[in-house]
Amino acid sequence: MGFEMALDFPRHLLELEALTRPQIEGLLSLAARFKRERARARAGEAQTDRRSLLRGRNVITLFFETSTRTRSSFEVAAKALGADVLTFQKDASSVAKGESLEDTVRNLDAIGADALVVRHPAAGAPRLVARAVRASVINAGDGAHEHPTQGLLDALSLRERWGTLEGKTVAIVGDIAHSRVARSNIHCLRKLGAHVRVGGPSTLIPSGIEELGCTVARSLRAALTGADAVMALRIQNERIADARLPGARDYARTWGLNARTLEMLPKEALVLHPGPVNRGVEMSSDVLDSPRSLVMDQVDSGVAVRMAVLALCLRAEVPA
Amino acid sequence: MIILDSGRVIDPANRIDGTRTVLIDGDHIREVREQPATPAEKLVHHVIDCRGRWVLPGLVDLHVHLREPGEEGKETIATGARAAVAGGVTTVVAMPNTKPVCDSAAVARFVAARGREAGFARVIPAGAITRGSLGEQLADMAELKEAGCACVTDDGRPVMSAGVMRRALEYARDLDLPVMVHAEDLTLSAGGAMNEGPVATRLGLSGVPAAAEVAMVQRDLLLAETVGSRLHVAHVSAKGSVRAIREAKARGVRVTAEAAPHHFTLTDDAVAGVLPTSAAGQPAGEPYDTHAKMSPPLRAESDRQAIIAGLSDGTIEAIATDHAPHGALDKQVEFVHAPNGVIGLETSLALTLALVRAGELPLGRAVERLTVGPARCFDLPYGTLAAGAPADVVVVDAEKEWKVDPQRFYSRSRNSPFSGWTLRGKAVRTFVAGKLVHEEGK
Repeated sequence: MGFEMALDFPRHLLELEALTRPQIEGLLSLAARFKRERARARAGEAQTDRRSLLRGRNVITLFFETSTRTRSSFEVAAKALGADVLTFQKDASSVAKGESLEDTVRNLDAIGADALVVRHPAAGAPRLVARAVRASVINAGDGAHEHPTQGLLDALSLRERWGTLEGKTVAIVGDIAHSRVARSNIHCLRKLGAHVRVGGPSTLIPSGIEELGCTVARSLRAALTGADAVMALRIQNERIADARLPGARDYARTWGLNARTLEMLPKEALVLHPGPVNRGVEMSSDVLDSPRSLVMDQVDSGVAVRMAVLALCLRAEVPA
Repeated sequence: MIILDSGRVIDPANRIDGTRTVLIDGDHIREVREQPATPAEKLVHHVIDCRGRWVLPGLVDLHVHLREPGEEGKETIATGARAAVAGGVTTVVAMPNTKPVCDSAAVARFVAARGREAGFARVIPAGAITRGSLGEQLADMAELKEAGCACVTDDGRPVMSAGVMRRALEYARDLDLPVMVHAEDLTLSAGGAMNEGPVATRLGLSGVPAAAEVAMVQRDLLLAETVGSRLHVAHVSAKGSVRAIREAKARGVRVTAEAAPHHFTLTDDAVAGVLPTSAAGQPAGEPYDTHAKMSPPLRAESDRQAIIAGLSDGTIEAIATDHAPHGALDKQVEFVHAPNGVIGLETSLALTLALVRAGELPLGRAVERLTVGPARCFDLPYGTLAAGAPADVVVVDAEKEWKVDPQRFYSRSRNSPFSGWTLRGKAVRTFVAGKLVHEEGK
């Protein structure tokens, strides 16, 4: 593993839909290694210094939406590989009026970016960036399209618990319509052999989602029964303003995960959430903090997955 | 006299499809006859050998945006009218969503005058339904009609108020003025960037449901039926609209309709860079291609089929391009931010002939939809080679294969979704009022 595999990985990570199963599995194996190394270092055991991998390379995070988690996670990952990190936080609305996205990223490219980590509210924006620049482009979330590293980190956490995702059933519950996390997860989980169900109020289930290869559950019971894991998605207040939901309370009553509704889920099944959690809306505190919750492990997987993505996209030679 | 000698004349208005010779006398058609040009005529007149060519009435396009006045960087009346004749189109109806909006005789006269000065296709203005196309107060329709407007429309936006629409239809009825509607319920389409469905879901783009169009078509059919006025449904994109219009016609509602080549050639898959199987072999685009963004949006394959069926059975009388020029920079942005619209004047004939070759539309029907069909929607005296009619004629090399290169378009804009396509059929000579205004390769 290492260089040979890196050659097979695309230079840009725009979407998981375009990746093959071997590419995803190769990446997850590398991420698992990084994750173990980080755990050993934290425990005061062997330190593995990976800072030579991307020494002298510039990683620029360009966020057109506010984000602390994903951006920090990418920055920690880039620094762990020895890269120099620059951060740009831009307000997409002001950009829309002034400089075009293309002009903005061409400038950053000229500054000398090796990788551009892009988050943007418009679906497809990272592809537009990739066409305009020389640097590798890593999609950190584009509108309701994809959030590839989130899909990968969820898969890593699940794979570590289960060994394999083959034949497992994962339910994704919540605002599927506006969720890039849901789309990346559907593609990733399916490619790894899992079955995916999505569930939520009909107002939040986008038309034709079945064509992505998942099934639609019309009740929480149908979503949870027999599932091996359930992933709850964040419910946003805008959904009330645009008449998709009557309110948080009504949502929690029908689709919220709590001690009562979790009875529908098999005992050994796992619970995930991409964060940040609205405690008491899509997930209650006791569920979030329970031993079956993978939420903190997901955050840990996030750094490792982003290290692996940067290493592969930037063609770092990872010694065995 | 100009004599178009022995071409295959296809003139659905006069039920002609056969080898004929067309005599053009000044600005009008003298006659269409079976006898080829005589040796004597060849000495005296300008005889053009049209053997192996098709000779059609000049095409009539009821729906183009020429952007002048106000956005001359995208198109001018002159460049648009020049592009039209290169595509075999001899009459265009210019949409009123200019800056300022064509809601007064002054603007309508300006548009018509610019068209005459340019001297290419005939440019007929369309007036606004409401002042400023704001959907609130009626525009001066009588004045607009007097200034030469062929219809009124707030194209680009619907008249959202049913009450205003009802009054507009009543007022226009007194003037015998067709009302062209851009059918879109904005409360259903709000926020949408493409057709609602699996492709939008996969790409993470918000959708415009077909119901946004169909609901409005239904409303306006009902109002037109109640009032007894003439309704023209612009750019039909959804199968539900085709069905509603077909049923309304059967009831005797005075409705006409048009469809655009992009809607009968492409589906919403084009937004993902995927072409329908009927376009196999053409170069696919890229995902989030903003040249696949227009309003109404590209729809599903079943909608595309329904539009073709509507063109075939006469539910839809006219093929109209909705030619909508935009600058390259306007389109080179995030998909959600890109403006709606594509250009079409220089590709509509060849795309229509592609339907014919695919066996989806009989040739005579296709020519009718491009010529006399649209002309009759607005009572225009064009689209026919009848003796005495204005001599708007196009000579077509039906077999000519050509590659769509927007850089070579006469239009000022390049935003065609068919860039790089190989098409067959091209206007080689276009006459307007007996004057040669386009000659291929010249």
